[in-house]
Amino acid sequence: MEQGQLKSFWRYFKRNRLAVGGMAIILVVFFIAGTASLIAPYDPGKTDVSKKLKSPSPEHFLGTDQLGRDVFSRMLYGSRISLSVGFVAVAISLVIGVFVGAVAGYYGRWAETILMRFVDIMLCFPSFFLILTVVALLGPSMMNVMVVIGITSWMGTSRFVRAEFLSLRERDFVHAARALGVKDRRIIFRHILPNALAPVFVAATLDVATAVLVEAGLSFLGFGVQPPAPSWGNILTEGRTYIFDAWWLTVFPGLAILITVLSFNLLGEGLRDALDPRLRGRR
Amino acid sequence: MVIMKTPLLDVRSLSTHFFTEDGVVKAVEDVSFEIFEGEILSLVGESGCGKSVTGLSLLRLIPTPPGKIASGEIFFDGRNLLKLEEKEMEKVRGNDISMIFQEPMTSLNPVFTIGDQIMEAIQLHQNPDKKEARKKAIEMLDRVKIPSPEARIDSYPHQLSGGMRQRAMIAMALSCQPKLLIADEPTTALDVTIQAQVLRLMREIQREMRMAVMLITHDLGVVAEIADRVAVMYAGRIVEYGPIETIFGEMRHPYTRGLLESIPQLEDKRKRLNAIPGQVPNPMDLPMGCKFHPRCYLMIEDCKKEEPPLFQVNDNHFSRCIRWKVCCY
Repeated sequence: MEQGQLKSFWRYFKRNRLAVGGMAIILVVFFIAGTASLIAPYDPGKTDVSKKLKSPSPEHFLGTDQLGRDVFSRMLYGSRISLSVGFVAVAISLVIGVFVGAVAGYYGRWAETILMRFVDIMLCFPSFFLILTVVALLGPSMMNVMVVIGITSWMGTSRFVRAEFLSLRERDFVHAARALGVKDRRIIFRHILPNALAPVFVAATLDVATAVLVEAGLSFLGFGVQPPAPSWGNILTEGRTYIFDAWWLTVFPGLAILITVLSFNLLGEGLRDALDPRLRGRR
Repeated sequence: MVIMKTPLLDVRSLSTHFFTEDGVVKAVEDVSFEIFEGEILSLVGESGCGKSVTGLSLLRLIPTPPGKIASGEIFFDGRNLLKLEEKEMEKVRGNDISMIFQEPMTSLNPVFTIGDQIMEAIQLHQNPDKKEARKKAIEMLDRVKIPSPEARIDSYPHQLSGGMRQRAMIAMALSCQPKLLIADEPTTALDVTIQAQVLRLMREIQREMRMAVMLITHDLGVVAEIADRVAVMYAGRIVEYGPIETIFGEMRHPYTRGLLESIPQLEDKRKRLNAIPGQVPNPMDLPMGCKFHPRCYLMIEDCKKEEPPLFQVNDNHFSRCIRWKVCCY
């Protein structure tokens, strides 16, 4: 994006306080994930049964769990897992979605029919249960979770990438590029795609939120990241048993998930409003 | 005007049809013409008469489906373009034959600088390194008289005025020194003073580079300004074809006459504009016989019977009117 546009984008974006707040929180979570090993007061895997299930105190900010591990440290490390699952899964889904949408939208005809019907089929599956089944078959691991979320969530992206391509491929600059002898592949990826990226990024931001949530859900059900690795989802699961005796084991990871997902959603909506001139001024 | 023996471009009974759900649209039917090196041929006609489709057909850029080049031959430099593999056709586009489009606003990609786009054209066909390509792009911008080209090369299309953008488009199309330039309404979207500048520029460069130009336009003023020869199109057919002096001075087709009379005259005291009566026929339901007969003041019964061929008026002047002898000036 060019400088003038960037400025006007920022002007509209910063009017939306919630979105700016969401972005700030996401930056903080990023920072925490990046520096977890520096700021964590304890080793997240270190057990100390003599200190189990301690309530929050100056020594252990967010208390300890049933094995005496420091919940605060585990949460810090957990943010790494949540964010990387979110981003890697979305990256995978973007690659597939953009490719499918671009090919379908640019070539049309049977390529479009086949690809879009396949998208319809994929959309028929309740995706959470599809993910659950696949993870159950492949065995739960962080890698599998990322890949499976990625390959079951690209359909939305492909649909609107296709829609963008349908309109962009009729634009004169595409004809002009073809008249210059530019090859299809180059037209798709170099000439059309950059024009279609803004809405893709908006949707990607919202997808990160979904992916974080799905990962937490899977971990909660025991199909996600496996203990003892700390993820927000499995800290929550482990805490479930003690929900009446040690509220901090469930409340804090729950809050972390809630706030992160909410922030991504707010940021995504803010981006969408600011990037789409038609939506500007509604606020 | 220098006429060499073999034409650079020789189009023989080209027909391009569109197969839509409602029926077949014969957008271009049995169109033949030739363009010689270093001359400007103008294709004139109303909207929808098939001018642009003819231009796109030459580069094989007709959207298929629904469009299809149904028949004909297009000889360029001795090769039949319709027989080439798509790969070879890609080498022809932009390198041997270039095209510029009507809307300079939308023909440039908004996300790249004009330099990027000109350099792409150069790199695509000539493979120089980046520095070399940039140098050439600056040269081209200078050639189309864009002031301070070293600075403008990094401008985005939206930072340029319409006239500048069209110049940048011309620079892009000419960057590989094509032998033939197809200009599809290059000045329609520009205001009148800029139109004149751009036309003069095109004429100048065309002479310098000894390039052939096929100018597609509906504006007879533009034609008068720069064309050497004219082909008048109506309902997908060429109805009159000849050197510019004969078309403007001794037209032999009532449609051409109608077009010329429709140009508003500055001295004219009358309040109403002259217009050809009736409307352009629906391309899916063309009249029998001569396609122009329902609107023609010279119409006789024979006009409705069969489509007239191109009659030869003299060496290089043709008319598709059976009454060309009594028509028209």
